[in-house]
Amino acid sequence: MFIDIVVNNKKIRAKRGETILEALSSNGIKVPTLCRMEGLSPTGACRMCVVEIEGKAGLIPSCSYPIEEPLRIWTHSTRVIRARKMLVELLLSNHPDDCLYCIRNGNCELQDMAVELNVRERRISGEKTKANSDHSSPGIIRDPAKCILCGRCVRVCDEILQVSTLDIIKRGNKTAIATTMNKDLNFSSCINCGQCIMVCPTAALHEKTNFDIVQEMLSNTDIKVVVQYSPSVAVTLAEEFQLKPGKDHSGILNTALKRMGFDWVFDSAFGADIAIYEQSAELADRIINQENLPMFSSCCPGWIKYMEQSHPDMIDHVSTTKSPQQIVGSLIKRYFADKQGIPTEKIFSVSVMPCTAKKFEAQREEMTHKGVSDIDVVITTRELIKLIHLYGVDVASLDEDIADSPFNIRSSAAKLVAVSGGLAEGIARSLSFHLSGKELGELKISKLRNVKDYTEVEIKIGKQEIVIAAVNGLKNVTAVINDIREEKCKAHYIEVMACEGGCIMGGGQPFQKDDKILKSRIKAVYDSDDKESIRVAHKNSKMLDLYNEFLGEKLSEKCMKILHTRYSQREVLL
Amino acid sequence: MANEYHNHKEILLNYIQSPLSEKTGNKISEIIAFIKREKVNQPIIGISLNSSSIIAGAYQLKDRILEYLQERDLNAEIIPLGALGVTSYEPVVTIQLPGKTKLIYKNVNDENIIAILDGTLNNFIPEDHVFAQVKNKLHEVWEQVPFLHEISFFQNQQRLLLSNCGIINPESIEEYISNGGYASYLKILRENTPAEVCQIIEQSNLKGRGGDGYPTGKKWKVALESPSDQKYLICNAGESDPGAFMERLLIESDPHKIVEGIAISAYAIGAQKAFIYIESEYNLAIERLQMAIQQAKAWGLLGHNIFESGYNLDIVVKRGAGAYVCGEETALISSLEGKRGKPRSKPPYPATRGLFGKPTVVNNVETLINVPVIIEKGVEWYNSVGTAESKGTKLFSVSGKVEFPGIIEVAMGTKLRDIIFRIAGGIAKGKKFKAVHIGGPSGGCLGENHLDTPIDFNSIMLTGTSLGSAGMVILDEDNCIIDTVKYFMDFLQKESCGVCIPCREGTRRMHEILENISKRPKDDQSHTTLQRFKGVMQLENLAEVLKDTSMCGLGRKAANPVLTSLKWFRSEYEDHIFDRRCEAGVCQELRTFEIDVDACTGCTLCARKCPSGAIYGTPKNAHFIVQDKCIGCGICYNTCKFSAIISK
Repeated sequence: MFIDIVVNNKKIRAKRGETILEALSSNGIKVPTLCRMEGLSPTGACRMCVVEIEGKAGLIPSCSYPIEEPLRIWTHSTRVIRARKMLVELLLSNHPDDCLYCIRNGNCELQDMAVELNVRERRISGEKTKANSDHSSPGIIRDPAKCILCGRCVRVCDEILQVSTLDIIKRGNKTAIATTMNKDLNFSSCINCGQCIMVCPTAALHEKTNFDIVQEMLSNTDIKVVVQYSPSVAVTLAEEFQLKPGKDHSGILNTALKRMGFDWVFDSAFGADIAIYEQSAELADRIINQENLPMFSSCCPGWIKYMEQSHPDMIDHVSTTKSPQQIVGSLIKRYFADKQGIPTEKIFSVSVMPCTAKKFEAQREEMTHKGVSDIDVVITTRELIKLIHLYGVDVASLDEDIADSPFNIRSSAAKLVAVSGGLAEGIARSLSFHLSGKELGELKISKLRNVKDYTEVEIKIGKQEIVIAAVNGLKNVTAVINDIREEKCKAHYIEVMACEGGCIMGGGQPFQKDDKILKSRIKAVYDSDDKESIRVAHKNSKMLDLYNEFLGEKLSEKCMKILHTRYSQREVLL
Repeated sequence: MANEYHNHKEILLNYIQSPLSEKTGNKISEIIAFIKREKVNQPIIGISLNSSSIIAGAYQLKDRILEYLQERDLNAEIIPLGALGVTSYEPVVTIQLPGKTKLIYKNVNDENIIAILDGTLNNFIPEDHVFAQVKNKLHEVWEQVPFLHEISFFQNQQRLLLSNCGIINPESIEEYISNGGYASYLKILRENTPAEVCQIIEQSNLKGRGGDGYPTGKKWKVALESPSDQKYLICNAGESDPGAFMERLLIESDPHKIVEGIAISAYAIGAQKAFIYIESEYNLAIERLQMAIQQAKAWGLLGHNIFESGYNLDIVVKRGAGAYVCGEETALISSLEGKRGKPRSKPPYPATRGLFGKPTVVNNVETLINVPVIIEKGVEWYNSVGTAESKGTKLFSVSGKVEFPGIIEVAMGTKLRDIIFRIAGGIAKGKKFKAVHIGGPSGGCLGENHLDTPIDFNSIMLTGTSLGSAGMVILDEDNCIIDTVKYFMDFLQKESCGVCIPCREGTRRMHEILENISKRPKDDQSHTTLQRFKGVMQLENLAEVLKDTSMCGLGRKAANPVLTSLKWFRSEYEDHIFDRRCEAGVCQELRTFEIDVDACTGCTLCARKCPSGAIYGTPKNAHFIVQDKCIGCGICYNTCKFSAIISK
């Protein structure tokens, strides 16, 4: 079971069969890696993790070498360091020299590695591979010139999402990462989830920034700038501003946004309550009429695009309710603007999201009204952080404030939407209310928390057994869809989150490697649900006021116009 | 033609299952003699139809011969042949008259064939074209024609694997069997368990001929002992290497031998399915392999419950796209699985987890055809051939500046000098020998000092090169080492799979450094001598790191051409860097030209031809070259009718 290996003349104990790298890291010895991804198959491509093993002719990649016998290893011998340094220099010789202008400046693994290995001179130079960057997608920009071909994006797209938009093409120094037929991203099957950005060590993949236009609008006195932010943004923001991680910082965020000059600050969680309320009403109708079951969730724009292009036969199974962002977006321009007496063209609506697919969602044709987008610009958490820095807001010194009326009250169910399984939990709570008029006996549904892959849970509402399910990570949805086609699926409602972990792990969130902090993000969300008093969407008083005053009944004609949307089959290069 | 022997199927199958001496009656030996063409009753005309002879016009030649026979209403049997080995003598035609030894003619074309046929059919030999005769004690000897085995090219070879090449009809299973084929296969099916076959091969000390020399028997045992419901044998028949062509010609000349080798090896590891991975461009080889597999199936040598042994085997030919990296076994497997041909980290080795995750043995053609020979001749005999470390023989493709390029087979331990000067006939056109490049892109150049190196895995490894694909390119004084290395680096940087950093980026930078030193500096700032020298220092560093860190053999050996040439031909590098001179005159961009004012007549021809407008002058007055503009192409040098341009 255990094998003693000698590392740098010191004996350490390793498990039989684990890789050298695993044994080293559990013993506190750090070996640099570039292509490695926790939990995914090792490719052994970058060779950064090479170590010297006694008796082996060449250097051995520690990430893929299993320990089967006692070994003598040197992790930082002259030979090893010389090799690692040369590898980084080789990468740099084919890398643009524009670090100062680069979006990942200060946050780039290649840069860090060059610093770590003390690369202080250009010893190798030569021709660089020329490549044009691809700005065609509304959410993601590909800049192949900065690509070091570690292949992480390919593996995340293939092994985690199973969308398989990206792959390696060509040979030799023409090798590149490309989409089907080497076309631009907007023709491809890319769902804009942004997980590839999260794993990219350099700026070869990054979000399309809408930084400048927000700035410009903020300084335009003629325009009223409205901002809404996703429930998960208020959690992950802490990581960048030395606030306590694992806590909801909505209050501070409200103040910060107001300081920056936004005229109104709204909480998208208000929209999440409406989304839960409408979706559960829709579900209740479908259960009563026994049609188009199971019903899929519609909050995740990555999932929606994937469904439209790969499984268009599921369109009728998807809830027609818009996502919280789009609900708040349409309410701003069609209700709030009227109420304030401001013409819609004088309102600039910004949305801060943990997600690059939201940028895509906002520009969908269905999300416009008379040719004007409900949401004018979506920025990611990362962009918001930069904006806050730009405006010199000292976040740590801010007091808490509440969001602006009328979209400022939320239930804790709306906060749950930020994590996988949370939407399903919120839906279950309100479904019980719609179907039986009663609340669930136990609001907390533990089986829908920390969902792995796919989970189903049976709940009893009145005399009915209702099956609520959650899909965590897009790759798990194919099996469910096949079950539906074969009429084997028992679920009534299925929540789908494209990103593993949900929005809190979205492609627009801050780059974070620390596993503890990542876990604390999820804890923050669950904590607020456990502590708060309004825990169901249908008890959000401001939302109910809005229905009374403007929307009418749930699923009313006005609701259908403002809160619901439609989907259509999408032709892409698969 | 095959139909003619069809009814001999049973006789032949009996023949290979028991020794001839126990045969009843003369009838069988007569049939065998007939198939082996020891007895013929009409002229037999053999035409070499292989990829090298076809380029030289063998198909037209065949048409011409058919026409000739038809016009004169003559009866003769025409059979296709493989390659004898000397590619510069293609197309080769053999003519065997009843009772006489077989004559071999070289460089036959549709013009001289008439004289050859006219003469030979009338018992007269046109001396210009005759190459040799094949000795057979049953046949009457032609006078004044050398015997094939006495010709220097063949005399110094030991042809175990090539014994049938160019001799038998590659499209006939009868001929293969009558020459002893498939006997080893049926013998082990009858007498040995798979473990015993592995044991025999292990004892024979056969090393994989793919380049690294890994013991074949050891690899087989691992696969045999890995429990699995399905195992695979893959025959790597892809050469995809500039300078290697022996497997292609071998397959075209003796396809049944490969089938037999695969069958025995598959049996030994317990595989019921075997794949032959071969370049898509090897059309004729693929055609003949498929024909051989078809015939073997029809004769019950492949398929279900072979010869009541309970063993099943299916062989499938798979065409690859010819990527160099697919010669690496894990890349090959990936390509066979329908994925991108790229290697993966080992372990796990294919012998435990290979094709579709099942235990898989990948052997190349040459390794596999050694197997029937070992079974036939026995372990002891096999161990008596070759050196202490490397047993058996080795095939080489010899090309470049030699008199007789071609495919050869020599015992392990034969000296380079013997191969180049005795077998291949020395350097062509009386030039001086400079180097021999062994092992293709992953090999290296060896010079005069290494001519006495014996060819075996260890001795070659010690020189820093590798046997690799066993392509042997001979360079003479007109070749530049830097240019040769540059060629291979360019090949490698294009063929790298692009996955691992050292290989993808390293080969590219190494190629650029070589480009730089074979070019004149554009101006004094950019490539000063010091920088060029630093480039070479970098070249050495890069090469070492490449060797240390690359994922697969392609990258690890990519540095070989550079490292060996730096070691053995350092002065040539120094000439290029410090003197900016290429002795062989190959590196064009290092050349400078001047005009001899006395010889120049002012004809303006050079000025008009100069592509970079570097030559100035008025008509009828001496011209001059502006060195800054000159690109060293040498067009002026070649066009001047008055030898007024001087190359420096």
